[in-house]
Amino acid sequence: MKTDDLVAMLAAGAAPVEPGTTSRRYAAALGWGAFGATLLMAIVLGVRPDLADAVRLPMFWMKLAFPACLAAGALIAATRLSRPGVQLGRASAALAAPVLAMWLLAAFVLATAAADQREALILGDTWNECPSLVAMLSLPVFVAALWAMQGLAPTRLALSGAAAGLLAGSVGALVYALHCPEMEAPFLAIWYLLGMLIPTAAGALIGPRLLRW
Amino acid sequence: MEAGLNATEDRLRDLMVRGLAGDNAAYRVFLKELSAHLRAFLRRRLTRLPDDVEDLVQETLLAIHNQRHTYESEQPLTAWVHAIARYKLVDLLRRRAGREALHEPLEDELAVFAANDSDAADAQRDVAKLLARLPDRQRLPIQYMKLEGLSVIETARATGMSESAVKVGVHRGLKALAAMIRDGSA
Repeated sequence: MKTDDLVAMLAAGAAPVEPGTTSRRYAAALGWGAFGATLLMAIVLGVRPDLADAVRLPMFWMKLAFPACLAAGALIAATRLSRPGVQLGRASAALAAPVLAMWLLAAFVLATAAADQREALILGDTWNECPSLVAMLSLPVFVAALWAMQGLAPTRLALSGAAAGLLAGSVGALVYALHCPEMEAPFLAIWYLLGMLIPTAAGALIGPRLLRW
Repeated sequence: MEAGLNATEDRLRDLMVRGLAGDNAAYRVFLKELSAHLRAFLRRRLTRLPDDVEDLVQETLLAIHNQRHTYESEQPLTAWVHAIARYKLVDLLRRRAGREALHEPLEDELAVFAANDSDAADAQRDVAKLLARLPDRQRLPIQYMKLEGLSVIETARATGMSESAVKVGVHRGLKALAAMIRDGSA
């Protein structure tokens, strides 16, 4: 087939395209994914029984704000990476900021704590299950975000997979925070972050194979 | 030079935006002019693989068509087209020669509309033969709508498919075509 014939074929009867496909796909992915993660948390883990008391503590809201800020940054990064020729811009700074803020807070808490308290502040009671449970709760958004991306056109596949993974991990951590009893910044700065990085790494690994077009 | 590039950008963007809104005549002019720019752009970068140029022009045109829903009118068209052309170019170099071929410089970000070349060589791969290998539910809608120029309703009547199945068949068929080309079953 000659190129001119291909051009004629592609143009013939080409359906109009509604603007905003990228936002619509991510809205659907995030909606279904977050719903799935919440359901999974409620069924498998259960909401923390003292939630009504916890909401009065500022640290509870910090614990939600940390993954929520990362989710917002990851969403911006993922939507930008899904469209050819769109630069990441300040999305990477938006991702670094909440991590740095949480690390600074953790460093401050550790520095002002008594020496024999530090281990408890870092490990809490649940350090050994936190990362894997966050990773488990990230699965619904992980699948949904990669589905959204597959229908779009990422050109940097490993980075795009990582952004989808981080979006999944941060939503997973946000939902996990409603179950998890830990309230100390050093714990969040290490174990929550580690949990979010598991799907991020998985996304970077499978992105190049899964997202090709 | 700069003013000329801006004029090309504005003109092609206008055609593309009209094409996305459903103006098939404008869209056809857009793809036709774009193919000349792509040919010049890719020919300069495939000096060692001249026989692959026309195949890659076709593959890139198909990708641009399949991904046209990722273009939003506030974005410079040059950047969007360049990113797709570059992605397809890198993909081809990987397939052909392994990673060492990637040392060819790929910068000059905005040069994709800088030259045009309407002197099409013959493609080595025949897209028509690949089309023939699609399953009927994709091949027939493409055949009737895109090669014989029937409407969705007429195609639905001719094939006995529903109108939405016709639209889905065209869409999936063109994606499957791109996948066949990409995975080298050409």
